[in-house]
Amino acid sequence: MSVGANPLLAVKGVTLQYQTRDHLVTATYRVSFDIYKSDRYVILGPSGCGKSTLLKAVGGFIRPVEGEIHLNDVSITKPGPDRVLVFQEFDQLLPWKTVKQNIAFALTASGKMNGKEADQRALHYIDMVGLTKFADNYPHTLSGGMKQRVAIARGMAMEPAILLMDEPFAALDALTRAKMQEELLQLWEDTKFTVLFVTHSITEAVRVGNRILLLSAHPGQVKGEINSTGIDDIGADGKLLSDRIEHLLFEQQIADRSTTHG
Amino acid sequence: MADVHPLPPARPEVIYQVSTAGIGVVQRPLSLGQKLASHGGLRKVVVLIVLALIWEGYGRWLANDLLFPTFSATLVAFWNSFVTGELIKATWYSMKVLFQGYAAGLILAGLLTALASATRVGADLLEVLTAMFNPLPSIALLPLAMIWFGLGNAGIIFVLIHAVLWSVALNTHAGFRGVSPTWRMVGQNYGLSSFGYVTRILIPGAFPSILTGLKIGWAFAWRTLIAAELVFGANSGGGGLGWYIFQSKNSLEIPSVFAGLLTVILLGLVVENFIFLTAEKMTVRRWGMQT
Repeated sequence: MSVGANPLLAVKGVTLQYQTRDHLVTATYRVSFDIYKSDRYVILGPSGCGKSTLLKAVGGFIRPVEGEIHLNDVSITKPGPDRVLVFQEFDQLLPWKTVKQNIAFALTASGKMNGKEADQRALHYIDMVGLTKFADNYPHTLSGGMKQRVAIARGMAMEPAILLMDEPFAALDALTRAKMQEELLQLWEDTKFTVLFVTHSITEAVRVGNRILLLSAHPGQVKGEINSTGIDDIGADGKLLSDRIEHLLFEQQIADRSTTHG
Repeated sequence: MADVHPLPPARPEVIYQVSTAGIGVVQRPLSLGQKLASHGGLRKVVVLIVLALIWEGYGRWLANDLLFPTFSATLVAFWNSFVTGELIKATWYSMKVLFQGYAAGLILAGLLTALASATRVGADLLEVLTAMFNPLPSIALLPLAMIWFGLGNAGIIFVLIHAVLWSVALNTHAGFRGVSPTWRMVGQNYGLSSFGYVTRILIPGAFPSILTGLKIGWAFAWRTLIAAELVFGANSGGGGLGWYIFQSKNSLEIPSVFAGLLTVILLGLVVENFIFLTAEKMTVRRWGMQT
């Protein structure tokens, strides 16, 4: 892609901090990156690199202490339905609403459409994730994978400028997780939505993303941006993509370990 | 070394063919007897019948209607008072006062919880007030209420509010604070305004706690009312169930005392097992928030 086009989402020198009971923690330090329309942009890093905090900042739940985040050249100051979050937790569906109501609720609460239209659009997206039979079920009767499908359908039904996914498959078993990754890619093929996807799994990043941002740990700093075709191929340097990423993320620790053992 | 940690023996791999033939029952519907035995309501009815039989037996063995009338004598007294309309009138009178007190208590609890949720000072106020007044039995306030409000319904309603307010406010507040952060973020994400946020996220999210508060508040109010009526007695409008029990005792109609108590118990059972249980089934149980 030519970088001449304007980015959809621009993160410029963002430093994020949060307070615990007795510490002020810097989660990310001067992180910058751009996301373009129809990107499947993955933020990859070890736990504690502030990737989830970064995603919540894009969502508008946390204000940066330094730097700015722009969506379509407008600064992000608060949560809004143009940036929909899909969480890791299964309890992101409201248990007092059925599958259909959960999606329709999102559409009506944001003032996007009224009752009947919302129901129709909800059913359309439920069909897209293959849960038509369960439209009137309450969430507690669904499996973990089905709940995540509903959450993704809810996010997509909003047709947001960008879909923010915070390790959405991390709590699933390996088989379901692989299946959900395929389904997500299939949905992307159908509608070419823009997604920002956070994960700590290198294989998931390689499979799902077309561009991968590597963050170092504690605090998160950008280590690089890498392209992926979705296949873990051997690159120009003769190494597998996943090996290259692992090397980039962990070279310091590996070097440390070999010195202590040596 | 090899003797201390011997390796597991080498074994050949085995593959079996699996079929369901010859297992007999894989799944079959329960018989009528098994279904009846697993019906909770039916089991409780059996317990009630057994208790009534024990009551009847003991009453007959004692043969002293002034101390402990039999179950059948109580039923007769109950029926007689029912037919004359005396019991219905007393019950209706009690219920009217109860609803006034309960409703006023709920409104005040709602206001207090709203204040507590909106501001930190409000939360501190709620916590201090509930810590002070929740352990204080409402009946202990009765002498004061009599001085302040005189011998009317206003005094009873005052103690009823005290009985309802703290437990409902405490439970609702705890419920609001316990609403999952994920639900909160979901609500904010879809741009809910403050009012919509409370009615569409906080209240349903805290519903199990709210319902518990309503139940506890109801039980407190009911007990307090009967006790207060025993002390307050009647006023111009007539008397409630407590007054009915008190009067029956004064005229030594002990079966009627028991009939009054039986009415109190029956009303408690009806409210608990029909009204609150139905509310639970329609909400928190259906949503899988409580099993």
